[in-house]
Amino acid sequence: MSTILQHPRHLCALGGQQSVVAIPRAIPILHAGPGCGFKLHTGLGSYNGFQGGCYSGGAALVGSNVGEKEIVFGGEQRLRDVIDGALKVMDGDLYVVLSGCATDLVGDDTENVVTEYRRQGAPIVYAATGGFRGSNLHGHETIVNAIVDQFLTPQAKIPGLVNVWSTVPYHDPFWAGNLTAIQNLLAGLGLRANLLFGPDSDGIESWRRVPAAELNLVVSSWTGLSTAQLLNERHGTPWLHWPTLPIGAKETSRFARAVADAAHVDSQLTQAFLERQEHRYHYYFERAADFFLEFRWDLPSHYVTVTDAFYGSGISRLLSGELGLLPSCHFITDQPPTEQHDAIQQQFAVLSPELEAPVTFTADGDQITAELRENSNSAPLILGSAWERDIAAELGGCHLSIASPMMDRLVANGSYFGYDGALRLIEDVYSSILGVVQ
Amino acid sequence: MSVEQQFCQPATDNPVPASRSTSVQIRERRLGSITGFAGTAGELVQIARSGELAERERSFTQVGTCSSFCATLQLSLIQDAVVINHAPAGCAGDFPMFNLYNRYGQGKRKLARQNARLLTTNLNEQDTIFGATHKLVEAIHKAHRAFHPKAIFVTASCTSGIIGEDLESVIEEAEQELGIPIASVNCEGFRSQIWATGWDAAYNSILRKIVRPPLQKQPETINIITFIGEDYFSELLQPIGLKPNLVVPFTGVEQLERLSEASATAHMCSTLGTFLAAGLEREYGVPEIKSPPPYGLDSTDRWLREVATLTGKSAQVEPFIAAERAAIAPQLEIFRQRFAGRKAFVAAGPSHGHSSMEVLQDLGFDLVGSCMFHHDARLDHGDPTGDSLQAATRHIPGLSYGVCNKQAFELVNLLRRLQPDLVIVRHPSLALSVAKLGIPAIFVDDEHIALGYRGLLRYAHKLSNWLVNPALERTLARSSNLPYTQWWLSQPPFAMLGEPR
Amino acid sequence: MSATVEQPRQFCTLGGQQSVVAIERAIPIVHGGPGCSGKIFGGMSFFNGFQGSGYAGGNAVPGTNSCEKDIVFGGEQRLREVIDGALKVMDGDLFVVLTGCTADLVGDDTATVVSEYRERGVPIVHASTGGFKGYNHLGHELVVKAIIEQLLEPAKAIHPKLVNVWSVIPYQDTFWAGNLSAIREHLEGIGLEANILFGHDSGGLAAWKRIPEAAFNLVLSPWVGLSIADVLRQRFGTPVLHYPVLPIGAVETTRFLRTVAEFAQLPFQPVEDFIVKKEGHFYHFLDRAADFFMEMRWDLPGRFINISDSIYALGISRFLVNELSLHPAQQVVTDEPPEEHREAIRRHFAELKEKVSAEVIFSNDSDTISRQLHKQGYDLPPLIVGSSWDRDLAREIGGFHLSIAMPVMDRLVLDRGYVGYEGGLRLIEDIYGSVLGTY
Repeated sequence: MSTILQHPRHLCALGGQQSVVAIPRAIPILHAGPGCGFKLHTGLGSYNGFQGGCYSGGAALVGSNVGEKEIVFGGEQRLRDVIDGALKVMDGDLYVVLSGCATDLVGDDTENVVTEYRRQGAPIVYAATGGFRGSNLHGHETIVNAIVDQFLTPQAKIPGLVNVWSTVPYHDPFWAGNLTAIQNLLAGLGLRANLLFGPDSDGIESWRRVPAAELNLVVSSWTGLSTAQLLNERHGTPWLHWPTLPIGAKETSRFARAVADAAHVDSQLTQAFLERQEHRYHYYFERAADFFLEFRWDLPSHYVTVTDAFYGSGISRLLSGELGLLPSCHFITDQPPTEQHDAIQQQFAVLSPELEAPVTFTADGDQITAELRENSNSAPLILGSAWERDIAAELGGCHLSIASPMMDRLVANGSYFGYDGALRLIEDVYSSILGVVQ
Repeated sequence: MSVEQQFCQPATDNPVPASRSTSVQIRERRLGSITGFAGTAGELVQIARSGELAERERSFTQVGTCSSFCATLQLSLIQDAVVINHAPAGCAGDFPMFNLYNRYGQGKRKLARQNARLLTTNLNEQDTIFGATHKLVEAIHKAHRAFHPKAIFVTASCTSGIIGEDLESVIEEAEQELGIPIASVNCEGFRSQIWATGWDAAYNSILRKIVRPPLQKQPETINIITFIGEDYFSELLQPIGLKPNLVVPFTGVEQLERLSEASATAHMCSTLGTFLAAGLEREYGVPEIKSPPPYGLDSTDRWLREVATLTGKSAQVEPFIAAERAAIAPQLEIFRQRFAGRKAFVAAGPSHGHSSMEVLQDLGFDLVGSCMFHHDARLDHGDPTGDSLQAATRHIPGLSYGVCNKQAFELVNLLRRLQPDLVIVRHPSLALSVAKLGIPAIFVDDEHIALGYRGLLRYAHKLSNWLVNPALERTLARSSNLPYTQWWLSQPPFAMLGEPR
Repeated sequence: MSATVEQPRQFCTLGGQQSVVAIERAIPIVHGGPGCSGKIFGGMSFFNGFQGSGYAGGNAVPGTNSCEKDIVFGGEQRLREVIDGALKVMDGDLFVVLTGCTADLVGDDTATVVSEYRERGVPIVHASTGGFKGYNHLGHELVVKAIIEQLLEPAKAIHPKLVNVWSVIPYQDTFWAGNLSAIREHLEGIGLEANILFGHDSGGLAAWKRIPEAAFNLVLSPWVGLSIADVLRQRFGTPVLHYPVLPIGAVETTRFLRTVAEFAQLPFQPVEDFIVKKEGHFYHFLDRAADFFMEMRWDLPGRFINISDSIYALGISRFLVNELSLHPAQQVVTDEPPEEHREAIRRHFAELKEKVSAEVIFSNDSDTISRQLHKQGYDLPPLIVGSSWDRDLAREIGGFHLSIAMPVMDRLVLDRGYVGYEGGLRLIEDIYGSVLGTY
């Protein structure tokens, strides 16, 4: 996170505040300047699929709004005042104190303050999320691990219970719909998903249950891995990491089988369930085939992904593996840890050699635009953030927003996960193209 | 720019010559056309030339397409005209398709996008008993009021034909009142099994009512009768000082009035334009280019030479041909090697299907068979140089060749046996049947892309992209459920085809 | 149904062919001219959400392709040839012969020809669907009645939880597959077994044969399907529940489910549990989107105008008024309902919500519709929910537009539906996605 970024796609570590908002009845408390919370809400929520503040976000965000006085003299007393008030005013089950740049830089001992409250029995934790520490993805991990570390206690295992750690809430505009889809898929396999975020989560109860799970399912590019490792150390829970979005019949069935295996589910039951799903999927897929085949001449034959590896490699496997499109190039924009880069390259290389396309790790819109201009495949379909609309138009191609920031779509519980998710993506991609050519 | 501004030109004072018949002879009679044949290409060429080509009927058929569809496809894209379909509402089932083509094409040509001007008189049960000419009158006036069109075309339907609607009387009176040409188009569906008769009917209306004697000849202009493809003809004609006039879609009425001014008429598909080109030659002396359209190296050479001879450009044409052939040679060789040994099949209408066959051979594919949707024993000009089937199969007269008016059940049966690597399909809704067999199916949308010399490379590039990753076909084949019985699939493909009549 | 129509939004009675295509493993056979079937396929299926051929639709439809000879000398023998061939070549469980204009005008006795086969035990019926008889919703009803009257037998026993669903028209409603699936899911959620009869996993002929076993028929639309339910009441004594509003979003879906539950005398608690769970989910997301609604208010649509058939115009109006607090401008109903149903439809629009009512005009002609809408004034850009024909009109009056009514030429539709709780969320996303896409 060292270069200048044009058209940023991630915000700072304090953006993890949205992950707290995503936990039902959790209350974030920002110990930061007066503008942080609002900016992050705007960038990660509002102008990213128009995801609103919900229970404790947006205008309801609690914050110490530190000013010059706190910078000069320290803000710990201010923080105590705000926490006292929050515990009385805000009706929550879990309080998560997050430090911002200012308070981390001046050295407020926020951790200590929070520990005092916890020792008195308040359900409160602290995460060091000064913005300069990393992106909002890192912030999310920091917060999750803080809750695991400070709040959870050992529990007896519950058979069939699986913790789901997926894409970062709010940052991925489809996070909520994805979780519902994962929950439904696991239910079909006879498993019970323990969701930690979103309307189908039980909030603090779900978190308390985390150590009781038999498996941690990490369905994301790299966020959540450190949590799974921590839970393995602390509570002995094994984990399965699935770094590619399961989308479409081939990939979703492959994913489901892997999960069933890891959770020791009866393979016959699994097979029957998957066959039903595949059958339904193929009915709709085939319906669209007339269109694919007859509009093929004028539809883009090549596509570009500008998103994280999770979505990029998943979408690639659907478009190339089931629809016959060709990848032009991939941009990985979520700045994964360097040690992950090789594994990520492998995810894209898994299709045939003819379908290899260059993978570039960059979050800079300027670099992305320049490289696309040089690319020899003209008029591609670009699947990225709303920032990419202009370059798509310039290249005479087509565009669909599927990644943050998504300023041009309203997302409720839409999702591209799974069998249904593929049908949704196919509808959205081609409707977007059809809308433009007429 | 609005559509009106695009096409609004001062009306000419030139009267249209004496009217010809309102009714065009169906292809079965006029051109000896058929929809049933199974044999080889060489056999078909011989029998057709001999004048003994006879129809073979099928006992079981799947649905075809009708003249009404073809006629309206051409007429609905004339930007400042209106089409009124004198029919029940179902015959307007193709209006949305024409509208999409219209808006799509407008976008590509940088015209203002707006809906195609299409009305239906919406005939009901009462109308079939009492007649509906009053509705036609209403529709004509409505069209005039709403759109101020330069011309109105009234397409007939099975219903209007059977109940005996007198379109001409209505039209005559309306023309006098409104002062614009109004033409009936006798494209009743049941008249012909060869849906191409619809194009003839549409062009007959244009010749009858729109085209005028030339005001000023345009020696550098060649009429090209085509569908909605992009203008790649300029690539071939501009270097030798000529200009294509692509007609009839996306033209205006005034442009059609002046069809007689060109120095020649050529085809993107001679099956499409035969009636119009012959009519222009017969009535206005505009010579028709009779060589098959410029697809594939040899046919492009021949076509260009004929164009050059007719327009006095023979000196320019030879160096151009040599330069173009040389320019594409290296890339062409790469593609030929890439496609060597790959088996191809073409399911399309003649003569464009024949053009596709030439292109595929030039690109190195092995043709293993072909099925065209009808066969014309001759074209309106009657000259055998126009025999596009002969041109396309002169090196492969033994090629397995069938004629079927679509009939997916036959095609599926045949392709299951042949298992080509690629099928070129050129009619909506057939590609799926092929793809369900797991065979790559390319539906040809922009017909111009493959024409000329550089077109070979453009086309090859597209094919290459689609052949390298046939995942779509594989996915479809995995869950394929074709609606045919095992019994049918074990029969010979043409088992339902009767003997020649 | 008498005037000339510019930019048609319905096609002819032969459109019933698509209802046959929608039944699993059913084979339509068209006795008509060579172009009819393909045109219907084009207008109702392909250039309407790109719905594709289906099992035996598109080019696979057997047909007589009637020619001049058949007009002059009659086409019955030709029809026999094609039926014979279809029975051998086409792998189907149910065959439905539909007549086009030509066969009906020249008086071919298709009914007799078809009944000969039926008497020999072939599962084949005949529907007289000559195009001039009416619009495709008539064709749909004729096809359904043909199957009922010619193939179904009284039930040996009634299944107390089985309900037949007569709702959206397959293919005519671009979102029919997703909608029927959603209806089934909701009815199952409250403890019923829904016989949806069309679409994926709907059971084909076996499901149709169970029609007489149902405890009741649910007509879930303003008027299409009422005459079908009537026939079933007369033949098999099955009671009818008519719920005229397509349930989109929580308010209407909850009202719908409670109405059905009461009629079917279902136990109270499981129904309420289902509703609470679904409403919770729906309102969570509506709540989430509320920031957007509140803050983008100045640029969002003021009033809405539906230009679609009665089922969508009414269902969407109720949804927009009750869930999103939008206000109706004049509504346009395009499916030409018979006179006897228009009063009820007008009344539904007058009672969208307490103190909220809308005027409705009945027209399927774009010229008339356009003039009417141009006459109104709009202080904020209106939202037009109509067909793809209406894009230009929306632009002319400075409004937003979403295509949901036939023909939908500018969207690819798979299993997307707008019915139910989930459907309401989808509609919200699509409406505001379309608005946002203009910026």
